[in-house]
Amino acid sequence: MKMIELSNIDLTLCILLLSALALLQRNLAPGISRQLLISMLRMLLQLSIIGLILTWLFSHIQLSLVLGVALLMILAAGREANARQTYSWVTRWNIWISTLALFIATTSMLFLMLLAFIQATPWYHPQYFIPLLGMLLGNSLNGVSLAREYITVTAHEAQDRIEGQLMQGATWLQATAFLRRQAQHHAMIPAINGMAAAGIVSLPGMMTGQILAGTDPSQAIRYQIAILILITVATGLGSFITTYFTTRQLFDKRQRLRLDRLKTSH
Amino acid sequence: MNNSVPLLQVKHLSVHSLQHINFSLFAQECMCIQGASGSGKSLLLKALADLIPAQGEVLLHSQKQSDTEPSQWRRNVTLVPAMPSWWYPTAKEHFSCNIDHWLTQLALSPSITQQPIHTLSTGEKQRLALCRALQHNPYVLLLDEPTANLDPTSQSLLEQFLFNYFLAQPDRSIIWVAHHPSPWLIRRAKRFTLHGGYLSEDD
Repeated sequence: MKMIELSNIDLTLCILLLSALALLQRNLAPGISRQLLISMLRMLLQLSIIGLILTWLFSHIQLSLVLGVALLMILAAGREANARQTYSWVTRWNIWISTLALFIATTSMLFLMLLAFIQATPWYHPQYFIPLLGMLLGNSLNGVSLAREYITVTAHEAQDRIEGQLMQGATWLQATAFLRRQAQHHAMIPAINGMAAAGIVSLPGMMTGQILAGTDPSQAIRYQIAILILITVATGLGSFITTYFTTRQLFDKRQRLRLDRLKTSH
Repeated sequence: MNNSVPLLQVKHLSVHSLQHINFSLFAQECMCIQGASGSGKSLLLKALADLIPAQGEVLLHSQKQSDTEPSQWRRNVTLVPAMPSWWYPTAKEHFSCNIDHWLTQLALSPSITQQPIHTLSTGEKQRLALCRALQHNPYVLLLDEPTANLDPTSQSLLEQFLFNYFLAQPDRSIIWVAHHPSPWLIRRAKRFTLHGGYLSEDD
């Protein structure tokens, strides 16, 4: 089976379709149609660039280049995990909590996949390294971002409860047990849905892509099972690290709840 | 315990609008703080309970707040807020000891602890919150309008309970924030007023 290629005309039609939707929604929700167009332009630009980078990487297979691109992707994911949050931190360095959590969670799963399962030569072959990292990052980013949003919003709503427990002599960990448990729950919902709906509601993207490209479905499914499991583990690990350290940052050395460390983003 | 050493000492405490608050509280004393809404009464109590950062020093038994474990400090200097919050469905789950004898003295039925919290009245919840604060046997009780939602009979029961039971123990004292302290309380408490960020003792 040979893949049937998409032409520029096909893509132009797609873009026109989305522009029409934006135009339709202009009166209904002006903010949304603006965001639609901006995110479409971002997608066009970002995907074109990553297309060029991947083509270039495939012809210059070097560990340092692959790691360089990977690092940029992780930094961008860390930035995205903190964008569009209801509250932002007064201390700017706080963004590194989610970046570091994403780094630890995704690279550990990526190396497991590359070194133990795929074993390509060389092991860092960008054909596997970059798309797998991208999938792990894109999905655990959701979890990390949801966990942070939940913690900062709920800490405001439950301030009395948290302080009430502190007054009873609870430590910050005891006083936030409910908060951290629910944040972890929220973070895991997309990954759990992804697994539960796979095959019935949706054919996951990776498998669809491989099948479109002519891969035997039974092999495509093996890849999809492995990546869905690793995505879920990475999301769990990343949001666990994020939840712990983000909550810790809401308290000072005297274990006081410091909501003054947050400010509304808008 | 030597009675010439204050139980609680506050030195140059400043937080937001409050400026250089100084006072000493001795064992068996009750301090009643009045002040207009927004004068910082609740803020002062929160700072004493170490729930918000403040400048200056607070000492209990001559030991600095900053040298005490935060959870230990809050068990020793416990705040009962005006609107206490609850995190389990019934009051009973918030208690680690039997409080029936306290409830009886406060004219509450012990069965009240098994009812869902949201079915209780504000006054009932306030008295339950007081019992919750007492279960760790604090040295200093910080009370924010504890009788605001009580009828006169329940109010005087609560006042007598606090003086005859709590303050009767050695090394205990109360800081009582009240908009309208009862004449009974006024006769027994050292009265202070918070105004314009300063705390002054009434004559």
